[in-house]
Amino acid sequence: MAEYVIETPKGKWEVVCGLEIHCQIISKSKIYSGASTEFGADPNEHVSFVDAGMPGMLPTLNEECVHQAVKTGIGLRAKINKYSNFARKNYFYADLPQGYQITQFAYPIVGEGEVLIDLADGSEKSIGIERMHIEQDAGKSIHDIDPKKSFIDLNRAGVGLMEIVTKPDFRAPEEAGAFLKKLRSILRYLGTCNGNMDEGSMRCDASISVRPLGSSKLRARAEVKNVNSVKFVMQAIESEAKRQVALYEAGETMPQQTRHFDPSTGGTKFLRLKEFSDDYRYFPEPDLAPLMLSDEYIQSVKDEIPELPDEKKERFVKEMGLTPYDAIVICENKETAAFFEKAAAGHDAKKVANWLMGDFFAMLNEKKLELKDSPVSAENLGRLVELVSQNVINGKTAKDVFAIMAETGENPEKIVEEKGLKQVTDTSAIEAVIDEVLASAPENVAAYKGGKQGLFGWFVGQVMKASKGKANPVIVNQMLKDKLG
Amino acid sequence: MAIDTNMVKKIAFLSRLRVSEDKIADTEKEFNNILKWIEQLKDVDTANVEPLESVNEEALRLREDVVDDGNQRDAVLANAPDAEYGYFVVPKVVE
Repeated sequence: MAEYVIETPKGKWEVVCGLEIHCQIISKSKIYSGASTEFGADPNEHVSFVDAGMPGMLPTLNEECVHQAVKTGIGLRAKINKYSNFARKNYFYADLPQGYQITQFAYPIVGEGEVLIDLADGSEKSIGIERMHIEQDAGKSIHDIDPKKSFIDLNRAGVGLMEIVTKPDFRAPEEAGAFLKKLRSILRYLGTCNGNMDEGSMRCDASISVRPLGSSKLRARAEVKNVNSVKFVMQAIESEAKRQVALYEAGETMPQQTRHFDPSTGGTKFLRLKEFSDDYRYFPEPDLAPLMLSDEYIQSVKDEIPELPDEKKERFVKEMGLTPYDAIVICENKETAAFFEKAAAGHDAKKVANWLMGDFFAMLNEKKLELKDSPVSAENLGRLVELVSQNVINGKTAKDVFAIMAETGENPEKIVEEKGLKQVTDTSAIEAVIDEVLASAPENVAAYKGGKQGLFGWFVGQVMKASKGKANPVIVNQMLKDKLG
Repeated sequence: MAIDTNMVKKIAFLSRLRVSEDKIADTEKEFNNILKWIEQLKDVDTANVEPLESVNEEALRLREDVVDDGNQRDAVLANAPDAEYGYFVVPKVVE
């Protein structure tokens, strides 16, 4: 892709960025206890004594969280570690009642992998995955009920998380945005995380540094916490990189630090220096034995992985004749891809894709509808395309029929039948209309024959109008040419 | 490894414990005594001993993904020094 360079009168700078993404695991119960993970319950209703950090309570690992993590690892084309273990990360905060988080440290369940991202110029880039481990989420603190007190809800405490760490492979805000979209798409295909950043089920931290263009040395980085939308992540990278460039160019230093993204300004704010905070005194978790996965287990999880966006995209391009761009857009969302496949079955897939991405999406946008609530079913969209392919109606009529389908949800064949919209391909019928038009405008015929070639379009228009749009335009054109000589 | 005054202060900060200045010297001495006691382990010859990962030789037992706990808010909050509207209430903690 086009290089992203921060250029100032003093020099050119390159951005180096890596992401850490916390993804809430879809499971019924928490990762170390039998309390529900359901969102939106009254405070502290979904809390076991394990989650509350009561003395003597022991964690037990949820097999579904392991299963979901292995699925995700396979989706990230990553190495699944047959041996992993748990560790305690010690820190004190009011929403972490145990005083430590049970996580994985030296031996994560998932090792190196990669995610392919699609960039605006049509190119593809591989982003390295460093690792992924599983751990428990913390509770929620509410600070705005009372000026002097914080209110703690532990419903979220103990919900399973997957923490995905990328390599520092991002060189532009756009790449980070494309990565998050792709990751979200993969997680949703797999059904391992719902990927909703605005609800906090996917949360992103970005490690950002800059260096003079051409340099290969990494400089100190700022870790920007909890950036909760794709747009904000891109904004945070851009503004933080520019801030660092300004510091260096003013001759100042940029110590390693933790910062906070402020959506109201689009900039980042200083939180704390790194050296002071990150002393988590990890040690092996004595309450959980190491996790061992067999080859048979890993293979059985591989066997249940559905077709993921990359493979689907490739199939749509190779076997169904879609352009890469169309395939990427359609495959981003699992439901859209399924709708398309249903609509395209047995019909001209490329034309179905055009309809889907054109009039169909426009109709949903206009009506502010989700795909699942579309009045036009996949089958009916396919039938409409077929009617055009079979020359039963022309493209112009198809748009009118589609508008009726969007209102009534009816089968296009029925609409065409009832409204008498069938295209006239009977040459004698068309000839009669043409003769009529020519006879009614002798002066234009004369003018055309005298050299006013521009009038041809007018004749076509008159014939189409006289046939109420039903005449096949190819035949009309041909016959008019013959008649007018 | 020896513990000095700064290390005592750091550990106190990380533990969110207030250690008054006049207690630091005693605490430092206590920490060093504990470490000295633990360090006796170094006298044991472990040249031919495999590292021990866990005293629990059993494989990790996994739990089936069913909801069988929770829905006990009153019990969860019973020992809280302060609770209101179903929340734990603590002194304001904002970073």
